Parts: sequence; C-alpha cells; structure tokens
Amino acid sequence: MTRLAGGTEPADPSRRAVLKAGAAAGGALLVGFYLPVGQSAPRQAQAGSGAQRFEPNAFIRIDRQGVVTLVMPQVEMGQGIYTAVAMILAEELDAAFERVVLEHAPPNDKLYGNPVFGIQVTGNSNSVRAFWMPLRKAGAGARAMLVQAAAKVWNTDEASCRTEHGEVINDKSGKRLGYGALVDHTSGLTPPKDPPLKAVSDFKLVGQPLKRLDTPDKVNGKVQYSIDVMPAGVKFATLAICPEFGGQVGSVDDRQAKSLPGVRQVVVLDDLVAVVGDHMWAAKQGLAALKIHWAPGPHATVDSNEVWKQLRAASEQEGVVAKSVGDAARGLSQGERFEADYELPFLAHATMEPLACTVHVRPDSCEVWVGSQVLSRAHDIAAKVTGLPPEKVLIHNHLIGGGFGRRLEVDYVEKAVRIAQKVDGPVKVVWTREEDIQHDIYRPVYRDRLAATLSGGKIVGWRHRIAGSSIMARWIPPAFQKGIDIDAVDSAVDVPYDIPNLQIEYVRVEPPGVPTGFWRGVGPNNNVFAIESFVDELAKKAGQDPVAFRRALLDKTPRLKAALELAASKAGWGTPVPARNGGRTGRGVGVQGAFGSYIATVTEVEVDAAGEVHVHRIVSAVDTGIVVNPDTVIAQLQGGLIFGVTAALYGEITIGKGRVRQSNFHDYRMLRIDQTPSIEVHLVPSGEAPGGIGETGTTAGPPALRNAIFAATGIALRRLPIDRDVLAGKKPAAS
Amino acid sequence: MITLRINGEDRSVDAPEDMPLLWVLRDLVGLTGTKFGCGIAQCGACTVHLDGKPVRSCVLPVSAVGSRSITTIEGIGATPAGAQVQKAWLELEVIQCGYCQSGQIMSATALLNSKPQPSDADINAAMAGNICRCGTYVRIRDAIKRASGAKP
Repeated sequence: MTRLAGGTEPADPSRRAVLKAGAAAGGALLVGFYLPVGQSAPRQAQAGSGAQRFEPNAFIRIDRQGVVTLVMPQVEMGQGIYTAVAMILAEELDAAFERVVLEHAPPNDKLYGNPVFGIQVTGNSNSVRAFWMPLRKAGAGARAMLVQAAAKVWNTDEASCRTEHGEVINDKSGKRLGYGALVDHTSGLTPPKDPPLKAVSDFKLVGQPLKRLDTPDKVNGKVQYSIDVMPAGVKFATLAICPEFGGQVGSVDDRQAKSLPGVRQVVVLDDLVAVVGDHMWAAKQGLAALKIHWAPGPHATVDSNEVWKQLRAASEQEGVVAKSVGDAARGLSQGERFEADYELPFLAHATMEPLACTVHVRPDSCEVWVGSQVLSRAHDIAAKVTGLPPEKVLIHNHLIGGGFGRRLEVDYVEKAVRIAQKVDGPVKVVWTREEDIQHDIYRPVYRDRLAATLSGGKIVGWRHRIAGSSIMARWIPPAFQKGIDIDAVDSAVDVPYDIPNLQIEYVRVEPPGVPTGFWRGVGPNNNVFAIESFVDELAKKAGQDPVAFRRALLDKTPRLKAALELAASKAGWGTPVPARNGGRTGRGVGVQGAFGSYIATVTEVEVDAAGEVHVHRIVSAVDTGIVVNPDTVIAQLQGGLIFGVTAALYGEITIGKGRVRQSNFHDYRMLRIDQTPSIEVHLVPSGEAPGGIGETGTTAGPPALRNAIFAATGIALRRLPIDRDVLAGKKPAAS
Repeated sequence: MITLRINGEDRSVDAPEDMPLLWVLRDLVGLTGTKFGCGIAQCGACTVHLDGKPVRSCVLPVSAVGSRSITTIEGIGATPAGAQVQKAWLELEVIQCGYCQSGQIMSATALLNSKPQPSDADINAAMAGNICRCGTYVRIRDAIKRASGAKP
C-alpha cells in the first residue's frame, strides 16, 4: 500500500513547536474559510492504515471524525487547480465536498510526481490532463474500500451498498455509515487494482461551476503566500545580484550601510550581496547605501543587437528535422511561393508576488518556506547547498502569487539558502521588483522562418524552421533528444492544417549569457504566433477570407473547425467593426490545437493615427474536452488572453552592456483595466479527455490581435511587441 | 515610537520616520495582507486607506500618516462598502492567484465610497493604478458593478 512520506519530519522537537506556534498565532497554516488548506505538516511515523485513520493512497486521508483530507499534488498559483483536483477526487470518492480539507503535498517525486514529467512539477497546462485518471482511480479505489468495510460491518454483499455524500448506504436495510465511522474497519483491506469509475453522465461535481476553495481567504488578507511567512525571530533581507550577466562581486564598502538603524548584517557572496535587517525597509536602505564594485564576467558586453544578429544568422542554416510529411522540397517547388520570418522578444515573468524565500539553517537541519512549482527540486537544492541529508531539510510550500513558469526554477531558493547559511536564525529573502525583472530567467527570443506554396487556393508545401534556445536541454535533459527540443517545436510539428508536404526544423541557439526558461504558453507561444500570422498572410495572397481559408484546411481537425465556426459566428465575423476613436478598425482570427485544447479566437481592434492599438473585444470558442470546472476554464481564458495581449502590446526585455534595461512596471508595462477589452468565452461541449487550459489564452491572444491589426491597417507585423511607429506610418514594416 | 490607528486600534511602532507604511504594516505590525508589488507606486498592490482615501503605502513615509485612521484589507470587511466588495468578488469569482487583490479590493471600496454608482469611466480612473498579472480585470469591473447594486 502506498503510504504518505514521513521523510521531512524534523529531528528537533522545538522546530515542531515553532511550526505549531506559527499556525496558532497567524492562522498561517490554514487557508480557506469554507475549506481550510493545510500546510504539509510534519508527519509522525505512520502506524498501519486503519489504526487512526484511513489512508488508502497518497491523495486521500480520512479520520474517525469523517474529515476527508485531500493532498494536492499540483500547486495552486491562481489557475484553480486545487478546486479541480478536489472536485475530481471528491467526485469518485463521493465525499461531502463542502467538508473536505486540502493540504499541500510534501516534496516527493515518487508519490506526487507529474505522470508526464516524472517529477513534481506544475506546468505546461497538464495538471488535469496528467492527473485526471490517477485521481479518479484514487478516489474510486478509496470509495470501493469503504464499501467493502461497510459490507463487512453489515455482513452483507458489496453490491447492495452505494455511496453518497460521505456515507455508505444500504438501501435494503436502510443502514448508513459515515466514512469516519468506517475508518476502524478498513485495516487489512487493499485497494482494488481497477476500481469501477463513474460514467461521465453520473458526475455530480465534475462539470459544475463550483466555487473555488482558495479564494475566500484571498479577499480579507488572511491568505499566506511565502512572502508573508513570519517564523519567530525572522530577519529580513534583500539582495543585489551582479547586474551584468555572469559577473561577480568585486569589493563591497559596507561602512555606511552598517551604520543605518535596523541594518544587522551584510552578506557578501561570490555573485550577490544581501543586507539583513530588522525589516525590509532597513534591508533596502542598507542595500542602497552599499558601495559595490562588480567584477564583470564574460557577458558584460552583450546587447540585444548581438543577440538578434546571432539568432538571425543561425536561423539561416538548416535545422534538425523534427517532422516531415510527404515531400516538402517538392511541395515547396510547386505553385506560388511565399516566405516570412517572425521574431519574438525576451520576456520577464513579473509575477505579482516578487520572488521570496525564507530559510532557517541550523548546524544539523534546514527549514525552508517557499512557493514553488517544483517542490522536490526546491527541497533538493536546499539539501545540496547545505550538504544536509534530505530528511534534515523541511520545506513548506504555499499558495503562489503568480507562477507563469518563474517558479519552475529554484535559483531564488538556492540564493536564499546560501544567504541563510551566513545568518543566525531564520531570514526572509525578498527580491525587489528591480531584481525580479533584471534577474529573471527569460522567455527566449525566437525566430520562426516560414515558407509555403499555394496552388488552387490551398497550401501544397510548408516549411517551418524554429530557431531559439532549448529550455528542455537545461531543465530536463532527457527530453532533449537528437537535437530536438520537443517544447520548442510544440504546435509546429502538429500544425492543425491539411498540408500534404511539410517539414519542421529546429535550430538550437543559446543567447550569450542570458538565462532562458519557461514562460506561460511555453513552446506554442512562438509557433502559434508565427503559424497563425503566416496563414493570415497566405489567405490574403490567395485572395480569401481568413476564416474561410482556415476552415477549408481544417477537415482533419474537426474539433478546431467547430471552434472556429463558433467563434466566428459569436464574433459577428464579416460585419463591420465600429470605430470609437476615429481610427482604423479590423477583426482578426487565430486558431490553435495546443495543450490538448482546441481554441479559436476573434479579436477586434482599432488602430489610431499615432499607431496606438485599442483592443475592443475578444471572442474565444474553446473545446477543452470534458470540463472539470467551467467557470475556471472561462477565467483562465479571460486571464490568459490578457497575459498574451499584454506581451504583444508591451512585452520586451532588452539588453545593453550585459544588463537588462527594464527594471519595474514603468518600463516593463502591463495591460491595465482601462485598456482591457470585453472578453467572451464560449465552451464547446465535449466528451473527449480533458485538455489543458492555463497556458492556452496566452498563446491565443497575440496572433488574433496581430491579425486584427493586419485587417485594420494592411500592415503585416512580424515582430512583437507591436511597433507603434510602423502602425503610425513613421517607419516601414520589417520585410 | 509612533502611534498609528490601524483598523480601529491604536498600535505603537518603533519605526524610522522615512519608513514606508507598507513595511511598517507588514514587518512591524504583522498585517501581511497589504502586499509589496513594485515599491514605486506603479502597481497598487500596497493600497490602504487613510481616512477612507486610497493611498499607495509603499511610498508613504510613516511619519506622513499623522492622526489619520488607517484601514487595511484585514479591516475593510468591517465597513459596509468593503463587505459588499468582498461579497461581489467571491460571487463573481474574480480572484486567481490573489496577490494583487488586497489592493484591488481597497481601491474598489474607496471608489464605491466616493461614487456609489460608478460609470465605466469612473472604474477606469479609480482602478487603472492596480495591476493584475492574472488578468482578472473583466471580472473586477463586473464585481464593482455588482457591489454597487448595478447589473454587470
């Protein structure tokens, strides 16, 4: 039987007392008014299941009082996954949903590893996709065992028992037993290998727009993110990392800083300096008062021009063939040939919760408070830095104030642990927004080169060459095989259109010194943008309407075709777009089959004389298979579209003299409410397996926006973010 | 020592005069519901009320508070408008990650206190200083209208 891990039990009893005190004093470890989310508490060594509680698998625990605790293998960063996971488990378990308790999973790849990656990771929109069946089986298996237990108690057959709302019921005898009352009768039972799953038509919770379990404490300030933790005696630190990529600390004059009230300590490490104080203000003031001489590293002269020059040169070469259908060379020699190149910039994540990590290093143990999308990696890095055995490192995960891929990295954990090694007592390391923007792990620059031939209004040949960094090669090396990054070519190798001859190539190009990482929308971001922009240009070359052109190419992808038809119809495709500001108006479309979801989006824009783009309306139609929580799907589309449109309108990190030029929200801009369009999301009913949703809107936003600008102005933008000077006619569009 | 009136209670804190109210609330008083987002009054996550008026606490020196009464997200639910806003936020399921929402709720409550029936333009003017990276703006607008008694 699977048992929950007890590996992070602290050896020192006083630490447990601190944890308990923390919980009692601040309500820190309980989140959620209706449904408290528990911290992954230190566990006692488990007696056999059934002694105190029923623990049939890693996800479910039921105590004698009938409290059903559900352990969340995926992290909640706003995407609604805690509610979805709880709904799936409770559905098959027939638990009383309003009484379940949620708990963050402890670090354990074996028990909580994402089946797709094999490690504990929340990303790539695959929480529901990957855990849909495992969670259903976990719930159904537990339910089957509770039925067995009740049948044993009543000395009756299991077939005469059913479950509902946390009880086993025997309709013949009229007897009922709550799950809590059955806990003592579950010992010796083993979970069935293939427990019967509910028919979709019998779902009571899945498919309902149930209220989220994490939001009640988010309206009143009670929710605790990792930046809010306050262990007894905590000090506050903030840091400065060498502003040039790869540089080091040369020398530090800390005399003035140390004289400031509240400043306690200056920690100088190879690559960063941190000031520790009685509060964040003291730490910030202290940092500002330091005179730091940085020793520039090998990338101190890197600038954006060099990055683009290198990327463009590399993209001229043939890449590794990631997919080939028919005879691309022959296809590309028939009919009329068109080519276009699309370029996407570096992007920062800029999660609203700045990076923060609290660490207490003791001689024989280490305790970490963090919000991480990769908890076991965070745990591992703390063990590695301290040299402690893993069981001596206790780590607490938290609700996350925005992940978007930034918290798939553990650099901020590693740095906080190194700082904490120099500090007596717990220290909370909080990054300023400036450090957060200037020392992100950036969405890479990409160059997508497309070529196609048209004959009789159809695409007969297609070549898509993707040039850019391989994140997978660094992040999960086994996934990088034969020179192909499966993320970088995602949505390109499975281009949804009927194309008889195609070739997809990948050229790995690592930007000098600039760290690259996953960013919401991941690989499909650049590919969907390039493909959908290019297809719009091909439609124009063919003299066809962009919706009609796509529809004719989507026979092999009927779910996407249906989504396209629904979006076009709901958006009033073909009707004029009224101007509100006397500008040029247009409607653009984009489709995608990424993340197992089929989405069509129609965007209406107005471009004014100054080249400013006003986004008036976005309509999306979504077929994401079986929907666990429709309101969450709609919310993810709404938010994801804004995330993508924000990047298309404003997002670009540029580099000069080895440094990131942007530093805060004044020069790394975000869309605000006064620029937000109306957004309509229409769900296509489906009985297919659930698709992913968290990334999809981000991928869908930019191409439909870009194509709307194309419709409004006739200007084919091929770079993001949009160039207002080009739209104002002040400079020519890139060819 | 400086005495501050926070959510109806007097609190004495030992803080330098130039220390922004944000860090006083979070690190000295322990009210962590008010959030740090940018430190330069660009994102609104740190919004609190001084005598009912919204201010960005990340750039407000504590010495400038004076005798004005401070309301934070922890106390806003005790006001009629604040309670209405919180209720509307949950009914329309505005929140995703939630990190900016303390500031959003404080700004929205201040808006409703000054304009009980805000127009879209009023909402734009009052809320444009609050960034939401999850992109919950569509629902924020609807929830403000819901809280005002208007149909979204």
